Amino acid sequence: MNNAYTGERLKSKSGSSWVADNIVTLIFIAFTIFGFVVSDGVTMNFFLTELSSRFFRNAFLVLSLIIPVVAGLGLNFGIVVGAMAGQIAIAIVRYFDMGGVSGMFLTFLIAFPIAAFAGYLTGILYNKTRGQEMIASLIVGYFANGIYQFIFLFAVGVIIKVPADHPMIKPDGVGVRMTVDLVKVEDGGLKYALDKIMEIPFMWAILLVAAAVLLLQVFRYVRNKNKATFIGQKNTTLINSVICLILIGISIHAIVTKSSLMMVRKVPVVIGVFIIALCIFNEKILKTKLGQDFRSVGQSQHIAEVSGINVDRTRIIATIMSTVLAAWGQIMYLQNMGTLNTYGAHTQIGMFSVAALLVGGASTQKANIRHAILGTLLFNSMFIMSPEIGLSLFGNALLGEYFRTFMVYGVIGLALGLHVWRTFVKGKEVIE
Amino acid sequence: MSDNLLSLKNVSKEYSGNRVLKDINIELKKGEILALIGENGAGKSTLMNILFGMPVIHTTGGYEGTIEIEGEKANIKTPHDAMAYGIGMVHQEFMLVPGFTITENIKLNREITKANPVSMILGKRLESLDFEKMNRDARSALDVLDMNIDEFLPVAGLPVGHMQFIEIAREIDKEGIKILVFDEPTAVLAEAEAKNLLIAIKKLSQKGIGIIFISHRLDEIIEVADKVVVLRDGEHVATKPIKETDKFEIAQLMVGRKISIERVDSKNKDTSDESILSIKDLHVSMPGEKVKGVDLEVKKGEIVGIGGLAGQGKLGIANGLMGIYSSRGEVAFNGEKLQLNDAKAAIQSGLAFVSEDRKGVGLLLDESIEGNIVFSAMQTRNDFLIKVGPFGFIDSTKIRQHAKKMIKDLDIRCTSPLQKAGRLSGGNQQKVCVARALTLNPQLLLVSEPTRGIDIGAKKLVLDLLKQLNEEYGMTIVMTSSELAELRSICDRIVIICEGKVAGVLPPDAQDAEFGLMMSGSSHNAEGSEV
Repeated sequence: MNNAYTGERLKSKSGSSWVADNIVTLIFIAFTIFGFVVSDGVTMNFFLTELSSRFFRNAFLVLSLIIPVVAGLGLNFGIVVGAMAGQIAIAIVRYFDMGGVSGMFLTFLIAFPIAAFAGYLTGILYNKTRGQEMIASLIVGYFANGIYQFIFLFAVGVIIKVPADHPMIKPDGVGVRMTVDLVKVEDGGLKYALDKIMEIPFMWAILLVAAAVLLLQVFRYVRNKNKATFIGQKNTTLINSVICLILIGISIHAIVTKSSLMMVRKVPVVIGVFIIALCIFNEKILKTKLGQDFRSVGQSQHIAEVSGINVDRTRIIATIMSTVLAAWGQIMYLQNMGTLNTYGAHTQIGMFSVAALLVGGASTQKANIRHAILGTLLFNSMFIMSPEIGLSLFGNALLGEYFRTFMVYGVIGLALGLHVWRTFVKGKEVIE
Repeated sequence: MSDNLLSLKNVSKEYSGNRVLKDINIELKKGEILALIGENGAGKSTLMNILFGMPVIHTTGGYEGTIEIEGEKANIKTPHDAMAYGIGMVHQEFMLVPGFTITENIKLNREITKANPVSMILGKRLESLDFEKMNRDARSALDVLDMNIDEFLPVAGLPVGHMQFIEIAREIDKEGIKILVFDEPTAVLAEAEAKNLLIAIKKLSQKGIGIIFISHRLDEIIEVADKVVVLRDGEHVATKPIKETDKFEIAQLMVGRKISIERVDSKNKDTSDESILSIKDLHVSMPGEKVKGVDLEVKKGEIVGIGGLAGQGKLGIANGLMGIYSSRGEVAFNGEKLQLNDAKAAIQSGLAFVSEDRKGVGLLLDESIEGNIVFSAMQTRNDFLIKVGPFGFIDSTKIRQHAKKMIKDLDIRCTSPLQKAGRLSGGNQQKVCVARALTLNPQLLLVSEPTRGIDIGAKKLVLDLLKQLNEEYGMTIVMTSSELAELRSICDRIVIICEGKVAGVLPPDAQDAEFGLMMSGSSHNAEGSEV
């Protein structure tokens, strides 16, 4: 047990079956590259514009899935419930014609207790359906959708009296309209309320983020270089730094030469800050007592219980956090969309966010920020590229649409299948 | 006030009317090492569960009697209370989180935190972890045990010996630890590791910690303990200072004479010299019952008993032969090589198995008795089927006839062959299992724990049935059981398994102490001295 042994132990963690562990991610990278090769209509500009706007819309939602995975609850399809809470908050704020930045923060505020309560109930359900949390989360989404529809289609108008001539209410005075315009922020609405606060060109954003990440890497290297635990991470740090340098180079070049990349749509700074803040939050919470409890419970409920951790309560807290974050994520998503698709906006959120997280390389038991960010980028790349591929290969963009669906559910199926297969292989002890 | 650190007074426990502990009195002084010994089911675990306030005790009605710690009555309702009283437990199965580092495991739920701006508003649970301090504490705990392993390594992949020490380090890192319970700490350790552990235990006792040491290894107990408490069938048999006893006596106390099932030696038994089953170097990776190289010869027409303590691998042998757990080795059956890891091949070659897991593997509880009886034969040998082209139709007339015959022959008490197997009593369920095995027309019957969970009257019936099969039909039987008494009542010879290997073969009328010593893996020492 000398230090050589330590180093060996730390190193041997990597390697083994890298391809098998990252198969989903690799498929998506290959698919995106394949899309660029076969379709000639996609310019880099178009791709990046689409990608960045989709990224800023979805990243927050995907990040909200990390805590439940760490706490051993698996993939929380139940963020749909959070999304509904967010939509209820938006509907309330919109109904009273509030808007602007202050209206936006009021929405966040209103969404918080609704989502926290819904998350609490969901958490209790997960504790009762131990071991089947993912199925339960899927079903709880459908069930909550029923309540949501009851409120929006029936309660509004019949139980809660509303004027029939309100623009949000259906002409017969009962129920909320199918689509609700969130009204531009300039006209006192919620549309782009966060986006418009500040926007910077895409390449500037890349430059800033890359520089910040590079600084962080250097800082970590200086602080940890002599620690034995750092041995295994040295290469990663190096690779990250090189990628940052390349990005910095490209963005400076684009800014100086005013190349076509500067034509990519501007990015919303505030949303970006929120996403980064959530990343930091996710990272920091795991370094607290609560986070350590999440991890303990996630690794083994039994051991956590014996050690005196209140397992049930910890799991409920994790669910509440995820649900509240999802509610806020949905609000950010909708202010960017500009319209509230009252009965449809939330339905796919769970599936797509989970798929995105899985694409990033997460599993039902392991998820981190890298998985979420990478996954959001790759998953949305697939979304952008699939109609193009359909068009150029079959002359029909619709085929690409079908392909999307195929990919989303295929990815979830593959990831779950791989997970089960791996546990099976592990469980089946072979005599050496 | 007495100088006793811990005293249990008249502690009893009942599980749904079944008394598993009767009036246990134990006293433990500071710095004393008390060994607790007993066979499986003697009540050791229950006693420790009571001491540790495990939920299983309080959800089943609590216990009777009193526990005093340092002379004062203690009320231990949860593991948390136990910790507060300074009771620590080193578990048999490791309570370590594999994905965590050693430090994180040692400090599990006792993490050192420091305040940060968020925690000042939202409460203590959001305080950041102080890894530096935690590492320092872990280091010093490991140093006490002379472990020079790095505290920031992940636990997954460490040798088991180290995991055991980390468990101990966690306990001694706790403040105010007074009593430390070791639950079979050496069961999973290699010899050298076990030696280290014993040294560490002695060291801890010198620091004034009272130690309860549960083990079945008599040599270790003699070496390390100050006094020994023997439990048998939930009863407190004896408390003896270790100097006044020896392992021979302890072994005898441990095994004792149980409610004996009388052995009637059969008159007309024809055991031939022909070997029917020959096992060479069999390894089976059954979780918790690993077999590590067993050699065994079974002769045609005999009843061979396989005994030993739980977790030593006796159950693994039959399960390995039947292809239920992955196995390796050379097995010849009837002179032909037996294909391992293939349940179908095992059945087709003429082996049949009555599993110890009656409700899990043995029976389809929601299926009728007749369905259960013919199930294996139908699946593996296409019996009871009418073949029409590619389809096989169930031949219900034939099944009914066969089931009725079996029910009559084995005296299965039921309302009809269509009754659900799950509705039967334990003994009758066991008979259905035997009936199913017999339907396969086996040449050799493997029976594991045939009397587990059935009442004493039914036990005798099942054992008589096995004996009858052997005597009247000349069936060779290999019976595995934790209950020595029943092995001794019908077997021709008894193989004792210890630590995955054959510890020895004894005739059924050998002395108690011989069985006890062999099961504890110390017979090789005993043979030299006069027994």
